[in-house]
Amino acid sequence: MVAQLTKSERQVALVILLALTIVGLIFAGAGKDDPIGVHGFLIMACAIAAIFAVISASAEPEPSPERLDTYYDDPSKIGIVLAMAWAAVGMLVGFWVALLLAFPDLTFDAGWASFGRLRPVHTSGVIFGFGGNALIATSFYVMQRTSRARLPDQLSPLFVLFGYNLFCLLAATGYLMGITQSKEYAEPEWYADIWLVIVWVTYLVLYLRTLARRQEPHIYVANWYYLAFVLVVAMLHIVNNLAVPVGLGSAKSYSLFSGVQDAMTQWWYGHNAVAFFLTAGFLGMMYYYLPKRAGRPLFSYRMSIISFWGITFLYMWAGSHHLHYTALPQWVQTLGMTFSVMLLVPSWSAAANALLTLNGAWHKVRDDATLRFMMVAAVFYGLTTFEGSFLAIRPVNALSHYTDWTVGHVHAGALGWVAMITFGAIYASVPWLWKRDAMYSARLVEVHFWFAVTGTIIYVISMWNSGIIQGLMWRTYTPEGTLAYSFVDSLIEMHPYYIARAIGGLFFLIGTLVGCYNIWMTVRGEALPAATEPAGDIPAPAIAARQPAE
Amino acid sequence: MFGLHYKLERKSIGLALAIIGIGSIGGLVEIAPLFTIDQTVEDAPGMRVYTPLELAGRNIYVREGCYACHSQMIRTLRDEVERYGPYSLAVESKYDHPMLWGSKRTGPDLARIGGKYSDQWHVAHFVNPREIVPPSVMPSYARLLRNPLRTDDLGRHLRAMRAVGVPYTDDMIANATADAIGQATPGGEAADGVSKRYGEATNVRVFDGLPGELTEMDALVAYLQIVGRLTDAAYKTAGK
Ligand code: HEC
Ligand code: HEM
Repeated sequence: MVAQLTKSERQVALVILLALTIVGLIFAGAGKDDPIGVHGFLIMACAIAAIFAVISASAEPEPSPERLDTYYDDPSKIGIVLAMAWAAVGMLVGFWVALLLAFPDLTFDAGWASFGRLRPVHTSGVIFGFGGNALIATSFYVMQRTSRARLPDQLSPLFVLFGYNLFCLLAATGYLMGITQSKEYAEPEWYADIWLVIVWVTYLVLYLRTLARRQEPHIYVANWYYLAFVLVVAMLHIVNNLAVPVGLGSAKSYSLFSGVQDAMTQWWYGHNAVAFFLTAGFLGMMYYYLPKRAGRPLFSYRMSIISFWGITFLYMWAGSHHLHYTALPQWVQTLGMTFSVMLLVPSWSAAANALLTLNGAWHKVRDDATLRFMMVAAVFYGLTTFEGSFLAIRPVNALSHYTDWTVGHVHAGALGWVAMITFGAIYASVPWLWKRDAMYSARLVEVHFWFAVTGTIIYVISMWNSGIIQGLMWRTYTPEGTLAYSFVDSLIEMHPYYIARAIGGLFFLIGTLVGCYNIWMTVRGEALPAATEPAGDIPAPAIAARQPAE
Repeated sequence: MFGLHYKLERKSIGLALAIIGIGSIGGLVEIAPLFTIDQTVEDAPGMRVYTPLELAGRNIYVREGCYACHSQMIRTLRDEVERYGPYSLAVESKYDHPMLWGSKRTGPDLARIGGKYSDQWHVAHFVNPREIVPPSVMPSYARLLRNPLRTDDLGRHLRAMRAVGVPYTDDMIANATADAIGQATPGGEAADGVSKRYGEATNVRVFDGLPGELTEMDALVAYLQIVGRLTDAAYKTAGK
């Protein structure tokens, strides 16, 4: 990996790593009676380990200029491996927190092992660890192919990838120590947030630099989505994390906003983290890998324009549907509801575009579990966005909010859409990246597929049940006009569904572990002798679809 | 329109600017007015700020992720008001940086928990929730009773809170550590300081049942006992 860097890039890498070591040292010193001190040591340890890696490769010769004739895929390979590692960890913790809700004593008497600290490890682990690494890895892959251009240098993609993983590591270990801002999906504290800004700006610049080198006059749809993902996430992250730290030696900060303004900012962020992290980015993935794997042109270029701008514009209004009937002014709630319902149009046109692309390739969907992963993902994307628009309607939300129905909805999207499209994209890329004939075992891909589908269905159905029961029990009145059930009554009813959910999660987790094994065996296998890949493997017919409009 | 797009998608910077422009509108229209329209947050003249001990307790609430299972936002729905109490007003979380409205009720809403139970009930419940409520799935927090509370840096916490707009006075900041200890040590001189700075109605007592020891349990219980009670505006609105 380091051997791929030029000599001057190795020097720059050393400078960056030294700077990082010093930052770590400062935190370690200033925060010696605060958890931030632990993070100081962690940062230092990571930086020093990387310095050793760079130095030990310093004797290696410069990479040959021939490298410039091929795409630079090392970062994508590392990203995929990291994504699968985070998937295993994040879902294992998900399984554990699911068990804790059924059997609360299945834990240790230690701070880090309590539900409240583990839950964000799960959510950040799967969203940022698994999802984020998969997005970065595939975006590097896709932007090079669709631009027919190599990444502009060797160092910055590695900086983005490893820098991002350092952020994830600080986040997850921080939660275990109780470092959190409590803002959902924006839990990491100020220093991790600042670090992410640096990494993210590098990512954006890298993306734009690659696009600037492109040999294709047009920017392919997948890139619009990846670009929107990078840009909007930057905007959301910076605004929602504005805060005043207690001091250099303290992990704690106080959010700049309070009360109702904070709530609105947080859910503007939170909902658009779903929209631009968990949707736009993965739509980018879908628009590349699904047509490619199916060998079919994208069904409609115009539909993709409508869905893209529809999603970019409408989603940003929808966050306030998380705050129906709260102290947020009613006009904002009404706007949120209205735009959420309108969102169905671009969402379904994206899902339909994907499914119609499969016309003429349905026999492949039947035989190829990788393509089937992507197909099922598109179906779940359609279902979840429909459910989302429905849940945003005020009276529906009166019942569903605060209950497990939300959790069921989230996982229909997270398992059915995000994870499935990612597994599809990963199974497609791994043989391409490592120049293998195919995955080690097509049977195991099939096994993973069925575990994943079964797990998702069990999970979602059990949460629909528990959520709706909960919502109904809370609002049921006796004929005398008093509340019929106590809170604890509703809690008792949840127990069987929480067990069922944990079983569904276990299925999904097993599928993921099967996938890890399969990928590992593929990577260890034999490379094809002289793998030749068409230089620009943009879904070719998509070019034909781009006729100038009238 | 599609022709225009055909040109736009050939310019990466143009595309990026278009995304930023189109994507900013929603946030600007919905968020910016919340800071400028006066009616957004009601007036509550007598509202007080959190004492250092309560703020420390609130930070423990955040640290332990209580918000993952508990909301602090009673919606304007009949069953919620009857179950939990008067619906929440915006002003009640005016000093909450960040707010803890929550999004999931694995446990009941806590917006009106202040004064609902005795300190002893809370301590016993935290030590072992299933002893008090057998079907509970809440984690045990017995260790809070063993952890001494860190107080030396509370002045800096108050100063950071002031930087984001909470009206802490210099006097409050200078005495933050003493006030934290004083609030859990009734009868002493320090306790008088708390009443002087935060009002006579401030709870001053041994919250964790262990006189002479200032634990994290003291702070958390002190915080819970004040949740929903910094102002009585919600009760006044409900009475109208
Ligand atoms: C796993 C979810 C979970 C977490 C995390 C959790 N709780 Fe609870 N909590 C519950 C449940 C369920 C109940 C209802 C049963 C009971 O009273 O134990 C409850 C009840 C309560 C009650 C009593 C409410 C009433 O009106 O009767 C209080 C107070 C409380 N929790 C405070 C806290 C605090 C403070 C924390 C963080 C230190 C916390 N909880 C963390 C689930 C949780
Ligand atoms: C093995 C599979 C999984 C299991 C067992 C699992 C389990 C859980 C559990 C128990 C919770 C807490 C729910 C609660 O507080 O009541 C949760 C929350 C959450 N999970 Fe998962 N999960 C899994 C996979 C995923 C994946 C793959 C993603 C995303 C890509 C994801 C995203 C989330 C999110 C966003 C939440 C927060 C939901 C909310 O606040 O409403 N999960 N999960």
